[in-house]
Amino acid sequence: MAVITLNPEMVAGGAPIFIARNEEEQKRIALILSRVLKGMVHDLENGTYIIVKH
Amino acid sequence: MTSSGLNLEEKKRGRDEGIPMNYNLSIGLGMVAGVLARLFMLRVDYRQYPTYPHGMVTHLALGFIAALIGSVLVPALVFKQFAAVTFLALAAQEFRQVRNMERETLSKLEEAELVPRGLDYIEGIAKTFEARNYLTMATALTVSGLAVASGWWAALVGALFWLIASQFLMKGKVVGDIAEVVPAELHFQGSLLMVDKIFIMNVGLPEMREKILAEGLAVLIKPRDDNGRATLHHVGQRQAILHTAASLLGTKREIGELEFTPLARKNIDTGEIGLFILPVEKDFDCLREIINRVPVLESASRKPLSTLAGRIAAD
Repeated sequence: MAVITLNPEMVAGGAPIFIARNEEEQKRIALILSRVLKGMVHDLENGTYIIVKH
Repeated sequence: MTSSGLNLEEKKRGRDEGIPMNYNLSIGLGMVAGVLARLFMLRVDYRQYPTYPHGMVTHLALGFIAALIGSVLVPALVFKQFAAVTFLALAAQEFRQVRNMERETLSKLEEAELVPRGLDYIEGIAKTFEARNYLTMATALTVSGLAVASGWWAALVGALFWLIASQFLMKGKVVGDIAEVVPAELHFQGSLLMVDKIFIMNVGLPEMREKILAEGLAVLIKPRDDNGRATLHHVGQRQAILHTAASLLGTKREIGELEFTPLARKNIDTGEIGLFILPVEKDFDCLREIINRVPVLESASRKPLSTLAGRIAAD
């Protein structure tokens, strides 16, 4: 449903992409988006979080 | 059939054929035994089913009808009232609807469950309700039949037998019979939540990981043999375990908080089930007791060991 990343060069595609300046901001955006979208935050462990609806 | 007409004829027949019992009494005894049987079977239900009083009234009313059908059958046969017997058989068919009724109700309630029962559990409950009406009918039939054939004391013995037998017939296998529950370690490999070696899910946010590690509970459900393994392989059985655990221990799962969803995943090599839950009451012994007492669902039960191929493969 959404992608939150620190590395904009690594992501592309159809889902909305949010670029964060640092890890704190990334976590905050991920938390807010997951609550708004009622999805779950998954960590790809490469500086990118994705939000998935299960 | 008016009761006075029936009584006259019955008294005459009673004298002619040596029937020792008043039919009204046999029907009455059958009905009382049937309703009592249904009442006892309903009481034990409270553990698994919402305790709303209207549901109980519905089932008692249906139990009353089932008992009536069962108790009238033998006198109807004695009087060669075959039309009545046919109608009774038709009425008995209606009890199939009990299963549909329960299935529909529970399926609709399922939408409001954060940890659902699962379709298999619902089907199991619905089947049980249908079967208990047939047990009620059988109780009434036997008691009224015995009353007609041998008198009220035989009817009493029959009633006692069925009341006790129905308690045993209700008890199926439980998870504790097919598997053993042991504590397990909850840990993270990077962002992956693991119960021992079993992968459960990917949790992205570090705060959520900390909360899960601090407050979560994990167990391993080890099947005792290949039958147990095949039964626990069934997703519906695992969902029934999760639902029961979450409803008894509480769960921190909330709308939009998917990280706290209780999950049960299989170790694909050994067939062991790793169960994760974020309970309100964190108590391993209670969780073990709860899991041990979850019924083995009829639709999930598998017995590969009862086949030759299954036994050979198990070696």
